[in-house]
Amino acid sequence: MSLTSDDVKKVARLARLAMTETEIQAAHAQMTGIFGLIEDMQAINTDGIEPMSHAQDLAQRLREDAVTETDQRELFQSVAPQVEKGLYLVPQVIE
Amino acid sequence: MIELSLKQLSSQLAGRKISSVELTQLYLDRIQQLNPEINAYITLNHALALAQAKAADQRIANNEASPLTGIPFAQKDIFCAKGWRTTCGSKMLENFIAPYDAHVIGKFNQAGAINLGKTNMDEFAMGSSNETSYFGKVQNPWDRTRVPGGSSGGTAAAVAARLCAAATGTDTGGSIRQPAALCGISGLKPTYGVVSRYGMIAFASSLDQAGPMGRSAEDLALMMNVMAGFDERDSTSLQREAEDYTRSLAQPLQGLRIGLPKEFFGEGLGADVGKAVEEAINQYKKLGATVVEISLPNSKLSVPAYYVLAPAEASSNLSRFDGVRYGYRAAEYSDLADMYEKTRAQGFGAEVKRRIMIGTYVLSHGYYDAYYLKAQKIRRLIAQDFVEAYKHCDVIMGPTSPSTAFKLGEKGDDPVQMYLSDIYTIAVNLAGLPGMSIPCGFGANNMPVGLQIIGNYFDEARMLNVAHQYQLATDWHQRAPQGI
Repeated sequence: MSLTSDDVKKVARLARLAMTETEIQAAHAQMTGIFGLIEDMQAINTDGIEPMSHAQDLAQRLREDAVTETDQRELFQSVAPQVEKGLYLVPQVIE
Repeated sequence: MIELSLKQLSSQLAGRKISSVELTQLYLDRIQQLNPEINAYITLNHALALAQAKAADQRIANNEASPLTGIPFAQKDIFCAKGWRTTCGSKMLENFIAPYDAHVIGKFNQAGAINLGKTNMDEFAMGSSNETSYFGKVQNPWDRTRVPGGSSGGTAAAVAARLCAAATGTDTGGSIRQPAALCGISGLKPTYGVVSRYGMIAFASSLDQAGPMGRSAEDLALMMNVMAGFDERDSTSLQREAEDYTRSLAQPLQGLRIGLPKEFFGEGLGADVGKAVEEAINQYKKLGATVVEISLPNSKLSVPAYYVLAPAEASSNLSRFDGVRYGYRAAEYSDLADMYEKTRAQGFGAEVKRRIMIGTYVLSHGYYDAYYLKAQKIRRLIAQDFVEAYKHCDVIMGPTSPSTAFKLGEKGDDPVQMYLSDIYTIAVNLAGLPGMSIPCGFGANNMPVGLQIIGNYFDEARMLNVAHQYQLATDWHQRAPQGI
């Protein structure tokens, strides 16, 4: 695999990280180094091996569909950057 | 007083030799004196700590104390604690006051323990030296020019410098064991699912696990009794009978079979660390243990697999930091997308961004099978190695870290070198096994060396027994850094 700086730009956009051209170049060099390490995996034959997504092979627990939380809107919104009348404010997206 | 074990402190409090308020004040004074340089704590709150101490004294007076009541602990700043600033070592959460308690915090509160403050850590627990913290470097109390390890570096330094009786950490790839080793203390990462992750800020959810860090295995056992247990608020919390982790501390080790993975003693291991670990194994033989060579053939792939899986999970978990509901928001932006991009670019540090980028890439279209799925298959192979190994032994031992604490700044510019410092710890997280580190001597420059003890699933009590018996026969865990 060879990672291009266009790949890095695309990834930065997908990850919603603003990056300058200089930062893209630096990230490109570092990511290439890290993928050099990661590529060691490709030498191993993993045909027929079941992927392990989790440390415990257990089914997800289910619970009753019941209300368990109390209304704490004011408390939770007290740590928000910008709120008004109980709503989170973001820049306008629809004209 | 600062050298006493948790059990001894509890008995001092019960016997009214000291009050919790006095004990808490003693630690707060020490913190005031030593923390400006060591920087083990990010946030202190004397009023909250002393109020808890007062309540603990009342509880003791009413004869309602439990084993940790009135004892001052520190909490890694990854745990949300109601009313406390909870930063996770990041500018993103610089002004975040947690609106609720993490499970672990709630359990310590119920036990009547005191929270002295929130300890420093690598940003979002991503790092092995504590140098990625937005709140500055932490000094290793044994040599102030060296790193304490990471990501629970503040906790490890606080315990080593006697700035708390004991403290909590979290371990995704070695973040309890490696700093414990580098700071000469004891630390336990339990089996995945034993301690609830509720309220613990997520890094890589299939690997993250909280655990105790302290000066002895006995202290860790007492803390496990408080921290462990089922919690319905964490969907990966395991429904198991409550355990007394102190129950087998006193058992002799006669007949214990120790597996030594040959891959942990080869190239890359510092000679000084290897020698200290070898002497510890000899001590175990004197205590009645036998040694068997085992192999973990895929362990060398743990670092590559981890640096796919952990960043992939992190890129997903950290998408919640968008400048809308909590945390930092950029001051200037043109539209919504620009707000997200600037908020995240300014709020996250370099290492966190690096991992988000790697994770986003390996999960992106066309690369999922080659990286993410491949890494999950290798994770299975690594876990199977341990299953095979435990047919021949009861516990596995080896070094925790390939070297003793390195110099501050030494590996700062080289992520790959930094990642390789977790080579002996990561496989344990991938398999979901319990692992611990205990002090077993000193290496080059008189820096502490850690012995790693890896147990089979849910064997924490046995591992604590194995560690405790060693600590009865040796005094490495009682050594304190000079000037502390």
